[in-house]
Amino acid sequence: MMKVYADNAATTRTSEAAVQAMMPYFTTVFGNPSSLHSEGQRAKEALEEARATLAKHLGCTPREIYFTSGGTEADNMAIRSAAFFGARKDKRHIISTKYEHHAVLHTLRKLEKEGFEVTLLEVGELGTVSAEQVKAAIRPDTALVTIMYANNEIGSILPIRQIGAVCKEAGVVFHTDAVQAVAHLPINVVEDNVDMLSLSGHKLHGPRGVGAMYIRKGLPPVNLLEGGAQERGKRPGTENLPGIMGMAQALDDACAHLDENMRKVTALRDRLIAGLSGIPHCVLNGDPVHRLPGNVSFCFEGIEGESLLLLLDSKGISASSGSACTSGSLDPSHVLLAIGRPHEIAHGSLRLSLSEENTEEQIDYIISSVKEVVQYLRNMSPVWRDLMTGKRQFITKE
Amino acid sequence: MALYSEKVMDHFMKPRNLGVLENPSGVGEVGNAKCDDIMKMYLQIENDIIVDVKFETFGCGSAIASSSMATEMIKGKSIHEAMKLTNAAVAEALDGLPAVKMHCSVLAEEAIKSALKDYFEKNNIPYSSEDFPEFDHDHDHDVPAED
Repeated sequence: MMKVYADNAATTRTSEAAVQAMMPYFTTVFGNPSSLHSEGQRAKEALEEARATLAKHLGCTPREIYFTSGGTEADNMAIRSAAFFGARKDKRHIISTKYEHHAVLHTLRKLEKEGFEVTLLEVGELGTVSAEQVKAAIRPDTALVTIMYANNEIGSILPIRQIGAVCKEAGVVFHTDAVQAVAHLPINVVEDNVDMLSLSGHKLHGPRGVGAMYIRKGLPPVNLLEGGAQERGKRPGTENLPGIMGMAQALDDACAHLDENMRKVTALRDRLIAGLSGIPHCVLNGDPVHRLPGNVSFCFEGIEGESLLLLLDSKGISASSGSACTSGSLDPSHVLLAIGRPHEIAHGSLRLSLSEENTEEQIDYIISSVKEVVQYLRNMSPVWRDLMTGKRQFITKE
Repeated sequence: MALYSEKVMDHFMKPRNLGVLENPSGVGEVGNAKCDDIMKMYLQIENDIIVDVKFETFGCGSAIASSSMATEMIKGKSIHEAMKLTNAAVAEALDGLPAVKMHCSVLAEEAIKSALKDYFEKNNIPYSSEDFPEFDHDHDHDVPAED
């Protein structure tokens, strides 16, 4: 049976090069970068090399990079930093979007309880936000705009450069959760007008448990943890050096082949979208043009996502869904609801997230498998029967 | 550990009694598409015996497996025995369901009872409303996974 991993937005396979880059830092260069002796100083040198690698690929200086435990911590730290910075000037308003990752949304919910006011922008049916919307929402007391670079579920890429320009003009701090974008799109924090950015190692063929926050010089980071002097005292705790080295290697490799990978993955994505669009009564989620190279997201009317995933898994295909059954809550994904998909449709969602490791042969196998499984599930669905007999109205087009 | 027991996966992958009956003695449909699961049960009853049963389900793996198992448990049984089917028995026969999926077994019990009620009403057979309690649809769903 063919095995197809198509859940790269959840996590990627750690590349061989990343694993090899990590190995010496477990056993050979195992010193603590904070130690004065030469074992420690060798580790310290490696740490600073990794920091310089990240800075080079983001277009910032090494001093503007803070290593974290992952994207979630970077999001928390960036938002808390801007909130603290704003509150000192009596600014307690934050602008974000309805379909951010929970690492952002739940941090904002907590800040609301601490006296901040949060405006969540509508994302429309295509799942995007315009710079004009941001401009209209900015108030004199706005401390922060935090908007994701690209959405993890539906793949829409946001006009970050334009949003950043609006924020810059208004003198508002701009953070972007770029966990799905770094190493997949060309990014430069200066050209993109970004003040703060979050990234994660395991979304770019690096290891998990490691990420980073970029924070522009002049903006003070706020500690989430108290402890030692690591990361200039702002992120204490002995550095995860193997993880950091693996992440830096993976990012370096991805950026060296960025154009080539984007071309390859975009072609695979478009082949998959074209193939799945042939299934009647389905709808593509997300912006069809401004779209992550690897993201394919559909809703199929009349079926439920979890059974779709289980059947695809039995055919060797790993994918994900935003149905209530897979989210563990009564509601389907907040992202699908934010773009206006009714519950009935959102339950039948399927996300396939590709990487440069996928092949055309795999794409064709996914297309034939999804067609077969959707038909099978529709044949046993009383909802589909009602749709076909006209007892229930179709929401999607044929 | 797998999400579901081998029994659940077996009934999900190879559902028993899947389909429709053309002229059923009783039909029951429960659930709604908004909250994920819909089950429809068709019963063929002769001399108080359920001689045939079919189901259609829109829902997750455990909903399909619960429907399948429930039909197996009432096929060939008398309507009096079928009335005694409980969701706990369905779940047990499947070697258990995850806590958040127990409502699928409730839906299966409810679907069968709904089809029996339809049969009683069509044939003017008196029944006690106590036999058809309102089901608690607390899905135990209010603990979202924080991913």
